[in-house]
Amino acid sequence: MEYAVFAVAAIIVLAGAFGVVVSRNPVHAALSLVATLFGVAVLFVAQEAHFLAAVQVIVYAGAIVVLFLFVIMLLGVDRADDLDTEPLIGQRPAAVLAGLALGGALVAVVVTSTVTGAPRSGAEDSAGADNVTQIGRLLFTEHLFAFEATSVLLVIAVVGAVVLARRRRIEEIDREEPVTDLGRDDGSAGDADEPVEEHA
Amino acid sequence: MILGADPLLTGPIDLTAVAIVAFKTLLVFVFLLVATMLMIWFERKVHGDMTNRIGPNQAGPFGVLQSVADGIKVFFKEDLIPDRSDRFVFKLAPYLSVVPAFVTFAVVPIGGVFGDGERGVVSMFGRDTRLQLADPPIGILLVLAMSSIAVYGVMLAGWSSGSKYPLLGSVRASAQMVSYEAALGLSVVAVVLVSGTLTTSGIVASQHVWNWNIWATGAVPFIIFVIAATAELNRPPFDLVEAEQELVGGFHTEYSSVRFALFYLAEFMNTVTMSAIIVTLFLGGPNGPALIGPDWVWGPIWFFAKLLVFLFMFVWFRATLPRFRYDQLMDLGWKALIPLALGWLLLLVAVRVADDEDWNVFVVMAAALAVMAAAYGLLVLAFRAARRVHEVEAAI
Repeated sequence: MEYAVFAVAAIIVLAGAFGVVVSRNPVHAALSLVATLFGVAVLFVAQEAHFLAAVQVIVYAGAIVVLFLFVIMLLGVDRADDLDTEPLIGQRPAAVLAGLALGGALVAVVVTSTVTGAPRSGAEDSAGADNVTQIGRLLFTEHLFAFEATSVLLVIAVVGAVVLARRRRIEEIDREEPVTDLGRDDGSAGDADEPVEEHA
Repeated sequence: MILGADPLLTGPIDLTAVAIVAFKTLLVFVFLLVATMLMIWFERKVHGDMTNRIGPNQAGPFGVLQSVADGIKVFFKEDLIPDRSDRFVFKLAPYLSVVPAFVTFAVVPIGGVFGDGERGVVSMFGRDTRLQLADPPIGILLVLAMSSIAVYGVMLAGWSSGSKYPLLGSVRASAQMVSYEAALGLSVVAVVLVSGTLTTSGIVASQHVWNWNIWATGAVPFIIFVIAATAELNRPPFDLVEAEQELVGGFHTEYSSVRFALFYLAEFMNTVTMSAIIVTLFLGGPNGPALIGPDWVWGPIWFFAKLLVFLFMFVWFRATLPRFRYDQLMDLGWKALIPLALGWLLLLVAVRVADDEDWNVFVVMAAALAVMAAAYGLLVLAFRAARRVHEVEAAI
């Protein structure tokens, strides 16, 4: 039973991964990525890591790839992308090297490790709490600092993205309207109204 | 253990268990299809009554078979695939809409006896099982996962059509669904906090008999959930996705025949499923007093009675509320619902901690409300500053 689940999920994962690399159409590549993520989620469920599986689908398939698709759709990437020119010089040799290194590392892990037969991650602890409860408890006690650090990191990323996306417009405002100090946070935003009215 | 703590599946799995699971799957499948068919009829009939029309009245008694007639008609129509479409994705998209609607319903407990240490277990062919297809330990997270997969159906349908109106409709739709998912998730967190479990059967059991989450969470998460659910379903007043005056038919403009029918089916099926989820999360699911006869009969009866209330509510929304404008939609989602849901969640947490630590609940509540008021003030200031920047930018 477990082997059957593993085989099917592994085929989906591999086919998806292959599709990501081979597809010429970026939307097809993104969809193959979703298939891969789903396969990995199924593997998580087979290991009784239910929470990870759910988060995998919600966060990766449901949010991140949707954003990828959004960008692809809105930028209207052409189907016939030119493959002859290298967008980043030296990218392809570097990719080959990185791929070989990763493959070597994977083979090394498989060769050197042994099957221990240890209990699966989803095993109930001595108090009988299931795996979701255990994850919650660990996240908010032992690993609280890492958890909070991650959330701070995400907030920084959001703020950074907003600042980068908006900076040019605000600089334009400053250049054209030297009186207006809207972009800066020095409290003199009050005199913003007059130049606006002139323009309107 | 994949399907969770269903007593049917904890022991050795024999032929009876497999047969029962197959039977339940079939039952849920048929139930959902029939309910969807009836929902389409119900909506047209009630909407007709509310707008002084008759509605379908020719096929069968009271026109109840109208959906069957429409279904047969639609099967015999020509199936068009636009020339500039992406064929594979174009064919895939309708299924990505329908499948999540089915999967979500699998975790909804339809009946069963709850309370007194029992958690909705009934006897079926000499085996103990639950009146729900699957009871995974992640329960309600599966619902959120499926609602985020449903975005793909809409998004890919619009993109693969290779035409502008569907693309605009699908971009609107996916932005709307992604935005309201946050508010939806945050109100679910309030329920999980109060019930103390993620499994749907556990959530229902914790609401036995009258301890419904709509009171236990203080009604605000319920209201947020209903609004966000309406937006997730792309139903009026949030149906900008298929605003006829602006976008022809929205993301399914280019679809015809069976593929169009699948989208139509998915829309109504999602309405039924979402109502069932609301009943499960906030109104105690099949909980209710058993009046006469055996206990287990009353679970499904109460469940369907509550379901009907919400189905009627969705039709009522559609018949009476005018459509939102796009900027109003985004303002409501991001500037009202999400902050409110977050604030309310913090309030619930504060009350709970105060309860655990034996603090004075009223002082804690007053402090929490003061913090919320201060946060609201800051938020208003931020909105005002943002609007000023926008005005200046627009003037340049």
